[in-house]
Amino acid sequence: MKIILIGGGKTIYFLAKQFIAEGQSVTIINRDPEESQALSHELDATILLGDGSDPEILEQAGTGSADVLLSMTSRDHVNLVACQVANEKFDVARTIALVNNPENEEIFRKLGVSLIFSATRIITSLLEQETDFMAITNLMAVAQGKVNVSEVRLPENALVSGKSLQELKLPAGFLLATIIRNGEVLVPSGSTILQAHDQLILIGQAENYRDVLRILTGE
Amino acid sequence: MYIVIVGCGRYGSLLADRLSCLGHSVVIIDRQKNAFKALSAEFSGFTITGDASELSVLHMAKIDAADCLLSMCNEDTLNLMVTQTAKFIFGVPKVIARVYKPSYESIFRKFGIEIISPIQLALEAFLQDLDLDRGPENEAQ
Repeated sequence: MKIILIGGGKTIYFLAKQFIAEGQSVTIINRDPEESQALSHELDATILLGDGSDPEILEQAGTGSADVLLSMTSRDHVNLVACQVANEKFDVARTIALVNNPENEEIFRKLGVSLIFSATRIITSLLEQETDFMAITNLMAVAQGKVNVSEVRLPENALVSGKSLQELKLPAGFLLATIIRNGEVLVPSGSTILQAHDQLILIGQAENYRDVLRILTGE
Repeated sequence: MYIVIVGCGRYGSLLADRLSCLGHSVVIIDRQKNAFKALSAEFSGFTITGDASELSVLHMAKIDAADCLLSMCNEDTLNLMVTQTAKFIFGVPKVIARVYKPSYESIFRKFGIEIISPIQLALEAFLQDLDLDRGPENEAQ
């Protein structure tokens, strides 16, 4: 497979290294003379000095016979145009662009880039997952850790909000002791409806926790 | 007409001045605040400091209400992105890009963007002025 990479920095270097190790043919287009020089010493790849969105440079890079083009510069308009030129002028089937500004995702998609990824979006979603996870606090362990008392705080977009406890079917051996809602303590029954931001105080055996959390996160 | 101009360099600033003096409402966008110093005192439009490849900046310029967008930057990729966004996402009726490097001309055409290439225009003008645009036979006469 022939892969064209546009950009610089460590990500391009390690991506190229990985692809070369897999036996792919790699061409890198980089616009910094010093970095290009260094890359050509370090990698068994074709290195071209120039602007990766320039049709002439893409021609020199043999884009016509490439299977994939990946543009990862810090400038969105360069990534967009590089992918468009590769696709429209050189018939590259798969074009992948880094989108620096998450607002631009829609534009890239509408203007025909086959795959886009946004570092901002990826890191934000990692953090969101992390905070979802952080919303579970172990309050105390009883009987040498066989039983745990924990607090789960339902996030804003909790899938279980609006559902009654009966519908959730929490596993046996598990008790939802209390719900703290807007600072008030509720003693739940089967018909109690969960809401976003509820703090649930759970008591149960450690081995059942995973199942309960799966139900509460709606997975 | 409500006209949005991207890039307040030599071309952009002159164009903005002229259109503003003709009575059109003009908004001009540039990344550098200093660039607007090139505008004359007669310019009565609005200036926006920002990157026109950001949607929020185009929204600030009320792109969805524009009759015309002229992208005059000295970066072809930026002109390509801004004009395609204006034409295909916001449906601006008249969109023209300045071509900086002649190698991008065919790309603009391929993507259906109307262009003006100062280099090509100057080239034609030189050739015409020298009366050399018809080849050596003409010279011999």
